[in-house]
Amino acid sequence: MAVGLALLAAAFFMVELWPGRTVRADERGSAADDVDYASPLEVLLSSDGARLYVLCQQSEEVRVLDAASYAVIKNIAVGRVPRGFSLSPDGARLFVTNSWDDTLSVIDTGALVVVATWPVSAEPSSVVEDRAGKRLFVANRISDDVAVLDAQTGEEEKRLLAGRGSSYLTLSPDGSKLYATHVYPNPSPHRTAPESEITVIDTARAVVVDRIPLHAIAGVFHGAFSADGRLGVVAEYHPKNLVPLAHLEHGGAFEDTLTVFGADVGKPVEVPLDELERYAAQPFGVAIAQDKSRIYVTSGGSEIVTVVDVPRLLRFIRAHPAPFVQDLSASANYVITRIPVGHNPRGLTLTRDGRRLFVANRLEDTISVIDTSTDRVASTIKLDGPKSVSALRHGEQTFYTARQSFQGQIGCANCHIDSTFDGLTWDLEPDGFGRDIVDNKLLEGVKNTEPYKWNGGNPNIPTECGPRTEKYFWRSEQYNDLTLADLTLYIRSLQPRPNRWKLPGREMTPAQERGRAVFVRDVDKFGKPIPETNRCSFCHSGPKGTNQKLFDVGTRKPTDNSGLLKSAPLTAVALTAPYLHDGSARTLEEIWTVYNPEDKHGRTNDLTKDELNDLIEYLRTR
Amino acid sequence: MKKFCMIALLLAAGPLALGAPPTMPRYRFENFTTANGLPDNHVFAVLVDGDRIWAGTENGLAVYENHAWKTYTTKDGLAHRAVLSLALDKNTGDVWAGTMAGLSRISSGRIDSYTQLNSGLSNDVVYGVSVEGENVWVATAAGGCRFNIRTGQWALYNERNTPMIEIWTYGVSATPSKVYYAVWGSGVLEYDQKTGRWDKYDDPDGENEMVLFKDQGLIHEIVTSVSYVDNILWAATYFGDSRYDGRYWHNFLTKDSGLPSNFTNFIKGIDAKRAWFCTDKGLAYYDGVNWAVYRPSLKDGKPEMTVRDAEGKVTPIAVTTAPAHNYVLGIDFQGDDIWVATAKGLSHGIHQRQ
Repeated sequence: MAVGLALLAAAFFMVELWPGRTVRADERGSAADDVDYASPLEVLLSSDGARLYVLCQQSEEVRVLDAASYAVIKNIAVGRVPRGFSLSPDGARLFVTNSWDDTLSVIDTGALVVVATWPVSAEPSSVVEDRAGKRLFVANRISDDVAVLDAQTGEEEKRLLAGRGSSYLTLSPDGSKLYATHVYPNPSPHRTAPESEITVIDTARAVVVDRIPLHAIAGVFHGAFSADGRLGVVAEYHPKNLVPLAHLEHGGAFEDTLTVFGADVGKPVEVPLDELERYAAQPFGVAIAQDKSRIYVTSGGSEIVTVVDVPRLLRFIRAHPAPFVQDLSASANYVITRIPVGHNPRGLTLTRDGRRLFVANRLEDTISVIDTSTDRVASTIKLDGPKSVSALRHGEQTFYTARQSFQGQIGCANCHIDSTFDGLTWDLEPDGFGRDIVDNKLLEGVKNTEPYKWNGGNPNIPTECGPRTEKYFWRSEQYNDLTLADLTLYIRSLQPRPNRWKLPGREMTPAQERGRAVFVRDVDKFGKPIPETNRCSFCHSGPKGTNQKLFDVGTRKPTDNSGLLKSAPLTAVALTAPYLHDGSARTLEEIWTVYNPEDKHGRTNDLTKDELNDLIEYLRTR
Repeated sequence: MKKFCMIALLLAAGPLALGAPPTMPRYRFENFTTANGLPDNHVFAVLVDGDRIWAGTENGLAVYENHAWKTYTTKDGLAHRAVLSLALDKNTGDVWAGTMAGLSRISSGRIDSYTQLNSGLSNDVVYGVSVEGENVWVATAAGGCRFNIRTGQWALYNERNTPMIEIWTYGVSATPSKVYYAVWGSGVLEYDQKTGRWDKYDDPDGENEMVLFKDQGLIHEIVTSVSYVDNILWAATYFGDSRYDGRYWHNFLTKDSGLPSNFTNFIKGIDAKRAWFCTDKGLAYYDGVNWAVYRPSLKDGKPEMTVRDAEGKVTPIAVTTAPAHNYVLGIDFQGDDIWVATAKGLSHGIHQRQ
């Protein structure tokens, strides 16, 4: 009886944690509730400070608010899944990157209308115009580069190599340099610490002039500069993927950090934001006060804005030689407060006088207005839209929050950045260091590809995301049924992004056609029949490229407990390196050139190099 | 008046009229070896990138900047220590290096390497590389490749889809209109960027080493280097060199030109008339009429420069410096200066006003 009451109380408590959740999933777990939220991702102030621009990812629009009264001035429709926006130096144009359309919307800020939509490419994620108004720089997440466009025509001039998952751009105060960050780590040898970079671009010459290395960092988001240009900062994830994740209670799976750089600090220094029981999970947006007194950082998972005292931070850095990133007592020396805001806070912007800080709460459809003199939320702007929280929205909130894990350290989105993947291999189970290393998988299109986990150990998403996650990842209390159902609903709703190598209605290229023939062939080049189970198209059958069965494809490593592995779905396979169950193949080519010596992973050793290239060209269309 | 006309005529006719050799560029050579920072004296390739000089050596990729050498090795991500070829992407400033074990892209200190195992590259031995627009053209020991840096797609060119008989490609020169491959034992391969068609130029004498028809076609099948500039193809072989204007061939042999050796490792055209020849017996410059050769003397190793005029008259020029070695493997230009890759050091030829 007492246990029953306790469970009831726990359930009540959990519901109380999510007071806004009012719309239930239907009993079949359908994602049919298509409530159209705004999902504000980024915020910007006009140069005169009179307007607040809000980039709404889900409603696919820019909402223009009066920055004083917060009244809506206009909603401007843009393209699919907008991800970044910025104003031209003169404030006359607002550029929006539409990441799923591969377009750039150009908004006339006088008329508040879209005056041009320019085709760009490869999942544009942010955009910056140079001070001269000659060039636009666009960070492309899929092609890992920064495109240089003519600012007047949108015509692409060239692409500059950036980090993998190139996504965010920060202009130095004098406009001479552009700093590009990226959300997935650059390729590195198997089971070594991830490596990332800040790509430094000379805006006048439009060439890369430096790369600031970020060791052990995977996932770098927004950056900011002090007004004097002497202090730069980026928000980032520092994963501990080389040690078992199951040791969350022994020091965490991630450090949530900043890297500060510039003349004020000399060499770049990584500084932690976390403190014991006060984590800053999923740091994303960052701003520096005009007077350089404060750094503000949003943490999407911890649902806070962390406030860093800059003079104290600089004193600490000078007094404590790096590295001190794993020191959970360090941040107490310079973090002066953590301000609770709404669900999944992302972009933020300061008013010119520095007195108000606007924070976009993506999964709450609100903007928190923080009074920087008190470091408290002074008011909350509610964007027009649904008042209720649907099951799907609740599931998404659950996916991003870190509340569920031990001491609130991590959420699903730590490893599934923007609901995708992280490009890392992990040691998940408490079975000793280096046992059963697994490559993190993409979640897009994951519905109907069960069983889950590389060994097929989880029959469905509720098992994968429920007991297993709770036990091994969160090291914390279980989700209640409602929350787990909603989380499942959300994960099953994730659709694959558009495939850039095979656009709808487009014919396959000759190379892709030849590759498809290799994929489906049943006879090898010597005329010998290929056994059914050794054809690509057998295991990787169906629309998602998996027959959902287990096979031994000869890739078992000495550290693996089993050689039987689930045939992996092929959804967006071109984007999801590394490959194989343990991520040992750094590229698609290596699956066959290195890890298939006995043709157990399909008959491929009879193929010439150009035929293998054709096969890969076909796989990129999946 | 007559006297004045005579003087003017003499001045216009220049030194030839006075019996002096034609004016050819002169250089003061400064040589770099391991003694002053180069990682290896065996320099396969040299590339000028503004104030930066890149040297592909047998022991790493060296860059000379601000009077100091820095070397990139396999520890930095270079595909192999032996760097055989270099190309600059003028758009982005990235440098592409062909090595004995893959192709490397050097972009502001970051090195990404492509091999036959981890990418679509056809073979790890990369003899030549050339960048044109968004395409990187590669010459390997197993055919040519085109890598599109925008899409990441590889296209391979070999005996199955081109007229290539041998697949040992030794050099490549890519321009917006044409791409030429030097094929070791299979002549010159031409790709028309507009039509996507391949064509082939062979030695009309076949694969033997005799020259039966001197100007009827490519001088020899063993082509080591190509350079396409101003609609002129310059081709180097181990048995002489060729110039092709799209209609007529003109061949160069030691016996009837100023070429110091028929064994040519590398060729670089400056324009339709002028070209540099990197041979096993020195560096040669051809201005369309006259020749100049720069080298340590084959007899005593002393610095030597000779000029050969249109009549075949060879005149020695007094010099005090020469390239580091006779065995010349590459050249690039920095304004009026030249940088020369040799088997025993890298040479900076500083142009001397005459």
